[in-house]
Amino acid sequence: MKQTPVNEVKLEFPSRSSNEGFARGTVACFAAQMDPTLSELEDIKTAVSEGVTNAILHAYPDTIGTVSLKIRILQGNLLEITVRDRGRGIADVEQARQPMFTTGGEERSGMGFTIMESFMDSVSVRSTPGRGTTVVMKKRLSEKSRERA
Amino acid sequence: MEIQERAGERTLSLVFSGEMDHHGIRDALRRVELAVDAALPRMLTLDFSGVTFMDSSGIALILRAQQRMQSLDGGMVLCNVPQQARRVLEAAGINRLVTMRN
Repeated sequence: MKQTPVNEVKLEFPSRSSNEGFARGTVACFAAQMDPTLSELEDIKTAVSEGVTNAILHAYPDTIGTVSLKIRILQGNLLEITVRDRGRGIADVEQARQPMFTTGGEERSGMGFTIMESFMDSVSVRSTPGRGTTVVMKKRLSEKSRERA
Repeated sequence: MEIQERAGERTLSLVFSGEMDHHGIRDALRRVELAVDAALPRMLTLDFSGVTFMDSSGIALILRAQQRMQSLDGGMVLCNVPQQARRVLEAAGINRLVTMRN
């Protein structure tokens, strides 16, 4: 069933590595209205950093392309983050998700997906070689403010 | 990303500050390598006290420094790792591969 978001924001930026900090900072700012705990906020920032870095580094290895970020707040204090690129895509998604697997050389650890999976409740990846990749991450935040009220 | 070097008697301490993401480690990787090659320490300390954010890029930096020290028959220790970075290391199981102290 399709859910109507409580609030949402969409943005696009070029795949420059200096935008990694911008992307995670933006998501953290937007998610602040959900009254997250500090550790939830850190989890979200870390997962976004991994997703956006993948797009910047792997989707557009030799060019600057566009990275789209969609942040939605859904019913039940559920945060949904979509990172989409129109880059080269991933031929074998299962392999890419394996810990320590990387095509990024010595600069990378191959732990990006492992960290996204560990810090978010769910991570789904759709990719078509030559067409691009979409990563959707979801996390349900604790409702501490409502409990207090 | 800032790196301060403190060299002692066959020891080298590198104090990191700033955001350790893919953008931040681009220069840092090379600077760590150059500092280690110049000092040839028996013991390398990576001090993360000033790291305000770390993602898996930090793991690559740590593992690369550790490999370099192993090739020199030296040791490496990670210290003052903030909570957020520590949780990244734990999620990736890296805390089992490196020595950490406060």
